[in-house]
Amino acid sequence: MAGKKIATRESYGNALKELGEKYQDLVVLDADLAGATKTSTFQKAFPDRHIDCGIAEGNMMGIAAGIATTGKVPFASTFAMFAAGRAFEQIRNSIGYPHLNVKIGATHAGISVGEDGATHQCNEDIALMRVIPGMTVICPADDVEAKAAVEAAYLHDGPVYLRFGRLAVPVINDEESYHFEIGKGITLKEGKDVTLVATGLCVSEALEAALMLEKEGIDAEVINIHTIKPIDEELLVASAGKTGKVVTIEEHSVLGGLGGAVSEVLGTKCPVPTLRIGIEDTFGESGPAAELIKKYGIDAESICRKVKEFV
Amino acid sequence: MADKKRVANLKLQAAKCRQNVLRMVRAGGHGHVGGALSSLDIVTALYFDKMNVDPENPKMEDRDRFLLSAGHKCLAQYAVLAEKGFFDKEVLDTYGKLAAKIPGHPDMHKLPGVEANTGALGHGMSIANGMAMAGKLDGKDYKVYAITGDGELPEGSNWEAAVAAAKFGLDNLVVFVDNNGLQISGDVTKVMDMRPIDEKFKAFGWAVKYIDGNDMNQILDALDSIPEEKGKPTMILCDTVKAKGLSFGENKAGFHFWNATEELLDQAEKEMAELVSKLEKEKEELV
Repeated sequence: MAGKKIATRESYGNALKELGEKYQDLVVLDADLAGATKTSTFQKAFPDRHIDCGIAEGNMMGIAAGIATTGKVPFASTFAMFAAGRAFEQIRNSIGYPHLNVKIGATHAGISVGEDGATHQCNEDIALMRVIPGMTVICPADDVEAKAAVEAAYLHDGPVYLRFGRLAVPVINDEESYHFEIGKGITLKEGKDVTLVATGLCVSEALEAALMLEKEGIDAEVINIHTIKPIDEELLVASAGKTGKVVTIEEHSVLGGLGGAVSEVLGTKCPVPTLRIGIEDTFGESGPAAELIKKYGIDAESICRKVKEFV
Repeated sequence: MADKKRVANLKLQAAKCRQNVLRMVRAGGHGHVGGALSSLDIVTALYFDKMNVDPENPKMEDRDRFLLSAGHKCLAQYAVLAEKGFFDKEVLDTYGKLAAKIPGHPDMHKLPGVEANTGALGHGMSIANGMAMAGKLDGKDYKVYAITGDGELPEGSNWEAAVAAAKFGLDNLVVFVDNNGLQISGDVTKVMDMRPIDEKFKAFGWAVKYIDGNDMNQILDALDSIPEEKGKPTMILCDTVKAKGLSFGENKAGFHFWNATEELLDQAEKEMAELVSKLEKEKEELV
């Protein structure tokens, strides 16, 4: 398992293909990006159930809503920027408001999009999606979790926003023992000095940072919050109560995303000093993904440094 | 030409539905009557003559679907659904009230017969596309009918939907443009001139028919020939009269949304009752 890296968008495509065999009512929509979102994997297996809507994301979301009214389960796929961003109002009014059973598979989220730069680096999608009443928001950390999340999303009755990345990321979960449940965070490492709450590709960075911190004498607890909405309040409150300090880590704006969600919970139920690590209130830029992750301070070393300063 | 009895019956039903619209305005004191009344003849013809729907079983799997992209025209749909027996007419008296089943824009979870939550303009055609595509995927022969307003057409999403409907060959989709020429701030062609609407849809790959949307004969003729062209979605451009049936409000932008006065509402109710009596007589004479 060590060293194996897979982008969660790959996992998305693979999961869709597997589920497509199992569930005849599953339909996949894309907006001219099947090769990039990896719905092409499904398309090859089930060409009749893959619908390319062209570069018109608003219409794609409306089509998904219409299909969902007939009982089918559409997965509408495009880049996060054009799902949560471009088609926000279709998602809000035509999918969210009537609570239709549409799954939004948003790939290329965050700055790890890389060279395409700021226009395509969506650091705002979690914030946009989680304010829609009834919307479930999931941001998987690795291949194992992503595949489990896609099936859980299919089985869930209601709209789900799934956030995937372009960059290949380490596989940190064990396929055999892994259990996914919407809304249930996972404690990956227990600790007593500080709680690191991470989501998406930042989970593996947080785990690595925790090892570095251990060498510095800081015993960090690491929690993977794959479901940002509904968020696992119980787990967060218990951990914050234990360690007394919380750091959130995400490949998303520090405003309104995981950090926002965690702060909302703790501010009300267990106020403790909190540090939000993520993309500061700024746009991304073009560059190799790994370098961007470092530059924007969400790699293990940056996390380790910031946590040391914080505790 | 449609059969005389068929037309006479539908004209009578439409007048009764207009009475239902007035009943809701009486209850709420206001309403988007302009577009509801301009499109009401089309909605009446669909539900009373054309669509395969069952008021007793509104979720019947193979039913024809109807939705209003311009959801603010919902008084027309509520009026027709009530007349058709989808729900008790007393519900009409709750218009404008908190928690009513008949809100200011339609809600599929509140009222039987409503197929989508519409009203945010430019959404309906996409949703209708999805319904029509699902029907094609399953080899079902139901049809999907949607009404959009002329004032709504500048929303770019309509054109995304229009080109997709043609690409996917949705000849089970029929979209009516309620071309009443007026929108909230005035003359549609002055706010944003979308003419020629028919030519635009043709260029997007639709089969287009141009009719008088308040003439029951023409509506039925158009509906009887659907799909207008096999393999193409059908657009029926309907010239209509805003606030049709309100003698004092016809063709006035001010009646897009009507804050009714007691006096004018009394007058409208009286005139509509007279029209219903007249149409009942005409219908009987044909028997």
